[in-house]
Amino acid sequence: MKPAIKVENLSKQYRLGTVGTGSFAHDMNRWWHTVRGKENPYLKIGETNDRTTKGNSEYVWALENINFEVPKGEVLGIIGKNGAGKSTLLKLLSRVTAPTTGSIKARGRIASLLEVGTGFHPELTGRENVFLNGAIMGMTKKEIQSKFDEIVDFAGCERYIDTPVKRYSSGMYVRLAFAVAAHLEPEILIVDEVLAVGDVEFQKKAIGKMKEVSEGGGRTVLFVSHNMASIEQLCDSCVLLENGTVKAVDTTNKIIEMYISGNLKKSEITLQDRKDRKGDQKIKIEKVSFYNSDNLKIDSILTGQELRIRLDYKAIDKFDLNKVKVSIGVRNKKGEVLFNCPSNIFNYENELDLNGSLDLLIPKFPLLEGVYTYTIFIEVDKVVSDWIQEAGNFTVVGGDFYGTGKLPTSGNQSMLVDYTWETKS
Amino acid sequence: MQDSLQNEDWDIEIYPKSKLLDLNLKEVWRYRDLLKQFVRRDFVSVYKQTVFGPLWFFVQPILTTIMFMVVFGGIAKMSTDGMPQAVFYLSGIVLWNYFSTAFSGTSNTFASNAGVFGKVYFPRLITPVSIVVSKLLTFAVQFTLFIVVYLYYLFFVETNILPNSLILLTPVLILMTAGLALGLGLIITSLTTKYRDFKFLLGFIIQLGMYATPIIYPANTITDPKIKLAIMANPMSSIIETFRFAYLGVGNFSWVGLFYSFGFMVVVLITGVITYNRVEKKFMDTV
Repeated sequence: MKPAIKVENLSKQYRLGTVGTGSFAHDMNRWWHTVRGKENPYLKIGETNDRTTKGNSEYVWALENINFEVPKGEVLGIIGKNGAGKSTLLKLLSRVTAPTTGSIKARGRIASLLEVGTGFHPELTGRENVFLNGAIMGMTKKEIQSKFDEIVDFAGCERYIDTPVKRYSSGMYVRLAFAVAAHLEPEILIVDEVLAVGDVEFQKKAIGKMKEVSEGGGRTVLFVSHNMASIEQLCDSCVLLENGTVKAVDTTNKIIEMYISGNLKKSEITLQDRKDRKGDQKIKIEKVSFYNSDNLKIDSILTGQELRIRLDYKAIDKFDLNKVKVSIGVRNKKGEVLFNCPSNIFNYENELDLNGSLDLLIPKFPLLEGVYTYTIFIEVDKVVSDWIQEAGNFTVVGGDFYGTGKLPTSGNQSMLVDYTWETKS
Repeated sequence: MQDSLQNEDWDIEIYPKSKLLDLNLKEVWRYRDLLKQFVRRDFVSVYKQTVFGPLWFFVQPILTTIMFMVVFGGIAKMSTDGMPQAVFYLSGIVLWNYFSTAFSGTSNTFASNAGVFGKVYFPRLITPVSIVVSKLLTFAVQFTLFIVVYLYYLFFVETNILPNSLILLTPVLILMTAGLALGLGLIITSLTTKYRDFKFLLGFIIQLGMYATPIIYPANTITDPKIKLAIMANPMSSIIETFRFAYLGVGNFSWVGLFYSFGFMVVVLITGVITYNRVEKKFMDTV
């Protein structure tokens, strides 16, 4: 089959800092080079886009030499960490801005949902906005008219359709906007995390619609999201971006695995800056690290080895350990809980110091090869003190659990238990 | 994939830069429904939640005319070429208003549409054109006001108003004003995306432009030839003078002046569209 999209040597350079006299001087220099028929002098000096390190150049490559093809009818996921270049790539694909070098070629109309409700005017009624928004997305009046009832029905706001959208609840606003977008019928659709809107019921509806769009019409869809569950549900294959370059193109499962494991760079994860935690922070976890039986820090865990997970904490008071419940829960990448290790099934006699560490000891680590995420939970007197979901993840490498050099080969299994077989006659 | 030679039938090709004259007018035409929607939005949203609706468009020219009658006619006692003040001022204000609102509207295209431009692709030329068209609707309302006042003076008041066949040029004059406003607006908006210095001049330029155009005074009262040359170098001057001559029969109409304005408009419009087209592609990076 012919590819629907072909991306060749695509690069995008951005200049950092403010626009002012400094950039004006660069513009003049660039113009002077062009006049003399020379190459743009600033194209050579760009640096890789790594936010965390301070660079020497004012220019960074948000994307550098991207190459890939998307066959017609495929749903392609684009994943990568914040700043990997996903949004830049989508902006180039949807023609919001032009590339610095390289080209994109496509067959058919491209419509993009970088954000729903673009161009909604608050003073206009729902009806008027459907027509306006549809037209912005490239639909003709006829097309919108023929789908109008469907759109209103999908959004579920028939009663409000002749009321200005500024009176809408935010949920209703977003639903109407998504409904218009969902009824676009381009050959190529570009979607950026719009599914993160609305309530659970509407999200399901939205994913269903996306699936229908991609399966029914043989349409090509590019889908960007941080939500691995919806990526896994929708996409056939994925592109993994890292620091503005394509790290891999492969099937969804492989890429997700790679993405998750790529996030674990160090065996030690600091949690001080995590904002998505719950609880009153009477005891606060600051750091997580993994150790083997020789008390050496490890990056990945070997199946069957002795594992020590150390939580460094800070407490506001000395608490009796019997009143504290600390737990680590481990999930697989589908989000299914594999096991929890709550501390309150044992009795303790000591109390917790103001700071120190809590160690979880697992004598024989039972999980098979793969990437797993863990959640940390602490409560004091039955009040949540610190709760960090998906605090981090770790990679497990197959190891010699049974001391025989062999492991069970059944594909569905992810956990091992200690066992022996005996015979009696 | 397959044989790459067969793959060259692409519908969309995106490159860093487009060719100088690759204006993609075909695509603009395909998006004409969007143009209609934009015009509708601009026109309708202005008088939402009002009782009198578009009638409010009458207020501005009426008040301006009264103010001119008091300040320039009453206090400064400036000549109106023997015409009734109301008709004389209104004939200038209506057309100038169209020019100045369309010009300031289009020269803000990038700044005021950054949100939409940053999210969706459509031919960017649609937006400034829609501004010029929606201001045309406002103009139509105000032009009606002028015609009503004009007919009143023509038939019920003893004056020396002398309409002539040049009235037939009205649509041409309106188109020239529209083209001029669009072209200049496109140039200004292209210049101000990255460096906003020009923005500070704009309000001043428009105000100055009104005095450099024979609106509150007839062009033939200027005696100094240098000043007259300067005033007539302003492409709006001939348009206003022709308009006045056609309806009132006064002023110094000349075909040369009109053709000069027309040529000026064509050059400005082409330059505007080309610069806009060049800036438009990467405007989101610098706005």
